[in-house]
Amino acid sequence: MTTGIHPALPDPVLAQGLAERPEHSPESPLSIHAMTVAYQRKPVLWDVDYDAPPNKLIAIVGPNGAGKSTLIKACLGLVPRASGLVEFWGQEYKRARSRIGYVPQRESVDWDFPVSALDVVCMGRYRKIGWCRPVSRAHKDAALACLERVGMHEFAKRQISQLSGGQQQRVFLARALAQESDLYVMDEPFAGVDAATERAIVEVLRELKTTGKTVVAVHHDLQTVPEYFDDVILLNMRVVASGPVRDVFTRENLQRTYGGRLTLLSEAAEAMARAASGEMPA
Amino acid sequence: MNTPPLIASVPAWGEVLDTLLLRASATSTTVVLGTALLGFAAGVIGVFALLRKRALVCDALSHATLPGLCIAFIVGSALGVNGMSMPLLLAGAACTGVLAVLAINAILRHTRLREDAAIGIVLSVFFAAGVVGLSYAQDPNNVSSSAAGLGHFIFGQAAAMRRHEVWMMGGLAITSVLAALLLLKEFAMVCFNDAFARVTGWRVGLIDLMMMALVVLVTVAGLQAVGLVLVIAMLIIPPVAARFWTERLPVLIALAGALGALGGYIGAVLSSLVENQPAGAVIVLTSGGVFLISMLLAPTRGVFAVLRRRWALRLRIAREHLLELACERGTAGSLTQADIQRVAQLRGWSGFTARIVLLSLRSRKEITRTGTTIALTPSGAARGERVRRNHALWERYLVRYADVAPSHVDWSVDQVEHVLSDELIAELETELASVTAGAP
Repeated sequence: MTTGIHPALPDPVLAQGLAERPEHSPESPLSIHAMTVAYQRKPVLWDVDYDAPPNKLIAIVGPNGAGKSTLIKACLGLVPRASGLVEFWGQEYKRARSRIGYVPQRESVDWDFPVSALDVVCMGRYRKIGWCRPVSRAHKDAALACLERVGMHEFAKRQISQLSGGQQQRVFLARALAQESDLYVMDEPFAGVDAATERAIVEVLRELKTTGKTVVAVHHDLQTVPEYFDDVILLNMRVVASGPVRDVFTRENLQRTYGGRLTLLSEAAEAMARAASGEMPA
Repeated sequence: MNTPPLIASVPAWGEVLDTLLLRASATSTTVVLGTALLGFAAGVIGVFALLRKRALVCDALSHATLPGLCIAFIVGSALGVNGMSMPLLLAGAACTGVLAVLAINAILRHTRLREDAAIGIVLSVFFAAGVVGLSYAQDPNNVSSSAAGLGHFIFGQAAAMRRHEVWMMGGLAITSVLAALLLLKEFAMVCFNDAFARVTGWRVGLIDLMMMALVVLVTVAGLQAVGLVLVIAMLIIPPVAARFWTERLPVLIALAGALGALGGYIGAVLSSLVENQPAGAVIVLTSGGVFLISMLLAPTRGVFAVLRRRWALRLRIAREHLLELACERGTAGSLTQADIQRVAQLRGWSGFTARIVLLSLRSRKEITRTGTTIALTPSGAARGERVRRNHALWERYLVRYADVAPSHVDWSVDQVEHVLSDELIAELETELASVTAGAP
């Protein structure tokens, strides 16, 4: 091969055509069928197929601009899908929503907001509380317990603008815990956190695993992937490889993910965006 | 007797008091009550507009009410209805106001324009359409009935407020309080993190719609009193001013309502006492004064408080530099004038700064002065020792972990050593202790 493009699937599979993809199991907490996502008509994720095994800690890994956050957001319906289907335990998102916890990126909100850490964690209970009803004592206690699990009990009354970055991240994690879900989807939970926060988050992840939960997290630190996670999705605009860390997290696969060999794919995406916006082809 | 006209326009004290206490004429009482209630409702609703970062969208909305007013008047007159009927005009205003918000959203969705550009375009185009419509409506050749009052909507005419409109303002105030009470957590969640709200199954579009509907209500209700150019100020200034004083959302809402009511109340009183002053502008100026005071004087977020904290920190760092030096020289903590001059030169202190630093040290009883030499008191020596230790700790940490060459350490250490928290120092100590223990 002189072009330097690696096939997404092993050659025999490719030869048999796309119909031969792995069967999607209804036990899988998250299964993605042939999902393509585009921003402003520019494709950022191509034809993603993935089945998350239950009760695993799964990392999504890939270079900048690989579409890691987009993958998560598209699964949760925050970003429209151009095509494809996402199922949670064999159900569509709307039906499974109460079983899914979400930790957005810390930078996605303005932390100079006039609420306390406890107020934010209580937001994880709002769906259970329902429209127009105040947060009851019991729900507040549940939220406090979640703050305790991330080691933030004493900061419950602290204004969120006065927390450090790591503490803010832990507040977001506590809010997801307050949702009492079976699947936790996290966008860069370890980004820019201090050592104490990293330890606290790892502890919570392990605890979630022992209680039978599944975690899918965007992760940027390759070094800690084998230590923190069971499974890994290597992503660069498409799924380069996925599976247990010891099988998939190899030098060769990482090179294929990070090696800059997907220029053709991103060029094609650029071309599509140009065509869609009515520009002349370059 | 020939009194200068300026003095004649200043009202007597008794008149001021009467208006303030709502004992003056029925008209001015109506106006004062009406604008105070409007200010309250606008302050409460404005909190959510501000936290949702929709302040400019609200401005576009209020400017875009002008074409609606004109269209309603022209259509009403053509159909033989009274063109100046208030419900008809306000309905027209609300229609084009909402249309402008939809236009902004459509531009953002279908083009690559940024929000500020989209708002700028929509605001100016709608307002220009309104100006054209206004001149058309005011031409007797086009519309038979008189459009004399239509122009008042631009800058407002609070004096025209009638008793039943005060009841309307009261209803608006109650609606805003009810909405803030019942939907506080929904509004707060969407303002803080709409993506999370959506993922957890809340209908963010519906909640946004309710917030926007409240803004439309306030805007339309405020058109007559303060005018469409300035009504945005009643929505935005009270919450911004209140934000300086509190970090808690319920307090913020109550305070914004109170400040809005105060602005409306005082502004209306002032404008009813001084002839020919439009109430809307005076109300906005009053709120602006409240904002200025809040910005400067608020205890933790205010400008003076921030400056004071910054200054106190710099003074502390300066004090600690001197104490550290005295300890380093190991002369049981004494300093000569020459030492102080050297430090001053090194740190770029003026003679005045050096004197302030010494004065501050003496008032804290960390140094005593006998003749030209300066001696540390026990508490001063203890502090100097602690700073020296932090300095050494941080220096060692940098050399070991941050790959900083020992000769370059001093510069970065200089500032950091003064701001290290106790927790951080404890962490440094354990970190370095374990390293030294493990080292051969």
